[in-house]
Amino acid sequence: MAKKSIRIRAKMKGNVTEVKALMSHAMETGLRKDKKTDKKIPAHFIQEVKCEHNGKQVLLAEWGVAVSKDPYLSFKFSGANKGDKISISWYDNMGKSASAESTIK
Amino acid sequence: MKRRAFLKGTIASSIAGVAVSAGLLTPRIVLAEWPKASFDATSVSKSLSSLLGSDRYSASADIKIKAPDIAENGSVVPITVSTSLPKIDSITVIIEKNPSPLAANFRLSPNTEGFVSTRVKMGKTSDLIAIVKSDGKLYSAKKTVKVTIGGCGG
Repeated sequence: MAKKSIRIRAKMKGNVTEVKALMSHAMETGLRKDKKTDKKIPAHFIQEVKCEHNGKQVLLAEWGVAVSKDPYLSFKFSGANKGDKISISWYDNMGKSASAESTIK
Repeated sequence: MKRRAFLKGTIASSIAGVAVSAGLLTPRIVLAEWPKASFDATSVSKSLSSLLGSDRYSASADIKIKAPDIAENGSVVPITVSTSLPKIDSITVIIEKNPSPLAANFRLSPNTEGFVSTRVKMGKTSDLIAIVKSDGKLYSAKKTVKVTIGGCGG
């Protein structure tokens, strides 16, 4: 299930590396109702996204239910080299998590 | 007597087992720091006070918010915050009119640029507020986004 759950693209422009990531997650707000049963769909959303460069944290995102379904995240940082490792992991409110790794191009 | 004690023991442990498998007792070590109170808060000032230690901020021309003027679909509103302020600790995205205004908080490391981009849900037309913590102080920028179809209902 965790397969392809995060897609990462990291590219260097000059000294700055731009990271773009796409995660697949329902991001349920807990406010929506199931049309058939009329019951509320429980909240299910990513709470934390940890982004690391060669094992060192460069960004920690803390999210609420207002982040859109299949979240997109982009950020920039300096001090990396081509071929370095970028890893991104998410953790949701139901105790699930996923992580993925990519190299800087 | 021994049989009683044994039964009790089994029942207790099987209840614990069910709770674990139902996800009620999930280990939360990683999420220990997720600021629940700030995300649950229904007012901007409460949310900021509990998240950043203060709800006092001043407007800054060095923060730019890139978001559409009109969002046809409130469930996917792209937003990019960039800033040239020095020593940035965090960038916070607030959607003033959402049921819980705090949408996202980004904690930056020293070599991370003042730039984040994501997509958010907006229930209705609202101000987007970006709060940047720079050198211990809070600075802000605002942008109104008009929403034609809300992104919070079903």
